[in-house]
Amino acid sequence: MIHQDSKTILEVSGLRAAVDGVEILKGVDLIVKSGEVHAIMGTNGSGKSTFAKVLAGHSAYQVTGGSVLFEGRNLFDLEPEERARAGVFLAFQYPIEIPGVSNSHFLRLAYNTLQSQRGKDELDPLEFEDFVREKMRLLEMNPNFLDRGVNEGFSGGEKKRNEILQMALLEPRLAILDETDSGLDIDALRIVTNGVNKLANKDNAIILVTHYQRMLNYIEPDYVHVMRGGRIVKTGGKELALDLETRGYDWVGVERRAPASA
Amino acid sequence: MSAVLQNLINQPYKHGFVTEIESDVAPKGLNEDIIRLISTKKNEPAWLLDFRLKAYQQWLKMEEPKWPNVKYPRIDFQAISYYAAPKPKKKLNSMDEVDPELLRTFEKLGVPMHERAALAGVAVDVIFDSVSVATTYKQKLAEVGIIFCSISEAVHAYPELVKQYLGTVVPVGDNYYAALNSAVFTDGTFCFIPKGVKCPMDLSTYFRINTEESGQFERTLIVAEEGSSVSYLEGCTAPRFDTNQLHAAVVELIALDNADIKYSTVQNWYAGDEKGVGGIYNFVTKRGLAKGVNSRISWTQVETGSAITWKYPSCILQGESSVGEFYSVAVTNNYQQADTGTKMIHIGKNTRSTIVSKGISAGHSNNSYRGLVRIAPTASGARNYSQCDSMLIGDQCGAHTFPYIQVRNQNAKVEHEASTSKIGEDQLFYFAQRGIGSEEAVSMIINGFCKDVFQQLPMEFAVEATKLLGFKLEGSVG
Repeated sequence: MIHQDSKTILEVSGLRAAVDGVEILKGVDLIVKSGEVHAIMGTNGSGKSTFAKVLAGHSAYQVTGGSVLFEGRNLFDLEPEERARAGVFLAFQYPIEIPGVSNSHFLRLAYNTLQSQRGKDELDPLEFEDFVREKMRLLEMNPNFLDRGVNEGFSGGEKKRNEILQMALLEPRLAILDETDSGLDIDALRIVTNGVNKLANKDNAIILVTHYQRMLNYIEPDYVHVMRGGRIVKTGGKELALDLETRGYDWVGVERRAPASA
Repeated sequence: MSAVLQNLINQPYKHGFVTEIESDVAPKGLNEDIIRLISTKKNEPAWLLDFRLKAYQQWLKMEEPKWPNVKYPRIDFQAISYYAAPKPKKKLNSMDEVDPELLRTFEKLGVPMHERAALAGVAVDVIFDSVSVATTYKQKLAEVGIIFCSISEAVHAYPELVKQYLGTVVPVGDNYYAALNSAVFTDGTFCFIPKGVKCPMDLSTYFRINTEESGQFERTLIVAEEGSSVSYLEGCTAPRFDTNQLHAAVVELIALDNADIKYSTVQNWYAGDEKGVGGIYNFVTKRGLAKGVNSRISWTQVETGSAITWKYPSCILQGESSVGEFYSVAVTNNYQQADTGTKMIHIGKNTRSTIVSKGISAGHSNNSYRGLVRIAPTASGARNYSQCDSMLIGDQCGAHTFPYIQVRNQNAKVEHEASTSKIGEDQLFYFAQRGIGSEEAVSMIINGFCKDVFQQLPMEFAVEATKLLGFKLEGSVG
């Protein structure tokens, strides 16, 4: 929700980034304030997922220009784990499996790492168990998730729920959801988006990266951005997403005279 | 491979110091005279000298095995000294008589040799180069009839027992290195658990190679009589030298009816430097005979050290319904090479075996699992389950699996599963994105991977093994 006394959480100016020497992001500008939900849409290869990974600090991507301020700090001064501890959260498009490491152990370590960073008390395994079960109810998750290996043998939907469970535990300032809707059936989509809505508040912000408008039926964005050729070429309200749904992506940017490479 | 992974794997070896102690070292080289010299130094009975000479004669006719998936220059067996002992060598009755320099060495290594300091209540036999320097808790064990002493001592004190069992599981001519060991073994541990006795504490041997040009050839013999049980732990370290030292041990286990032997190893011999210079050649024959009905032999090993490891702790399941187990974690880094696995020989009816092998390769290392499951025609109802998992860290290392399965009985059931995975940037990024640094991430991934094996280790060993793996792999991921 857009509101008056909101603070700037993320300020992206002219961001350029490359992978293996190939420039993918070619000057992204974006300002995200507290309480806001932004949707970034675009076709495959438009640079949306790259943008998400660059913000989180994936080492395969090299930043080649521009700047990103997170709550006023230069984001690129921070290692990936420091960004996470500062409150940047990425819900992965393809969550990683870690066989043999129990989900509860992993979640507790992540949670306690943040708690100690924030100067708060860490939870012992028993306290954590109660705490996490509470959060799991939000996502209608079966408690046996906790004893299984991290994402090990999880279905696509279970993995995505597990991502949002982590978001619920870590309470980030900025949550970037990278195609969280992909691979979800309609019930799972409802549960996951319902979870996200409950986690959104006036102090945090959410960036949804998605192909499709259908997720936006459940999570209402304040802004919709269209990415193309590594830049944001159009910004509008939620009605823009509906336009895209009916007209496709081809017309966007043509009006704005996007670079020839797009 | 990123710098983070690099740093994670490449931890310095902590046990690489040399103890300044005067040693009695035999001249280099191997011939009958040297064998006679060893036998004389140890004041051995004639039958044992015959055993050695017979082994030597066989060894002369044998060829060094070429089939392991390891590469190393030809070993000059004449350049090795086959006997090295700390001086003065006199009979020790208590720990107080042990050279303080030696005590300090083992203190540095964290071996609970001093009885008062033996917090864990583990009885320890300590082998320094070629000889056993101390055995703790001997008295307490003797009260329940357990014999736990150096094998040299056993030869004199219990000659009938040693004679009855020595070489019965691993015959003198079994293989090249077993023959060499049988000819020149200098000390080792003897352990005898009489009928019906459950050993009240874990027994442990700690091996230390200290002399640069000596080999270590120890011999361990464990006999568990009917209805008895014992848990035995083995640890090893060596100083850092630029040359390679040979370690060729033989371990024989015998379990009679309803007896249970659990043998756990944490092997951390010096592995050579990051360029592959130096390190121990660890060529070891370990075999257990589950002779009696319902007997059980269980091997658990965590192999982290040595330049080359060549080792297949095996079980001969002769007794009806006997059980064999092999749980292994083998870690190689830098230029280490490991070719390790097991053999499960099913002879008796309804015998069962389980193999769980976890190989972790990093750096430029090569890690091979080699295992044989043989079901003899007599082994009706035999079952085997094998699981071999490999994990790669970085893209310069290798993981290989060589399973051999021979089934000659229609009623047997054999299962084999295998997997290969990789710690990569994406896994570490996932952890990082949750605020978890790469060191902790690698340790968590590795421990998750090895969980099935670590669960089998006695508590203190499991803690040590976990830490050791952390050290070994520190700096190796990215």
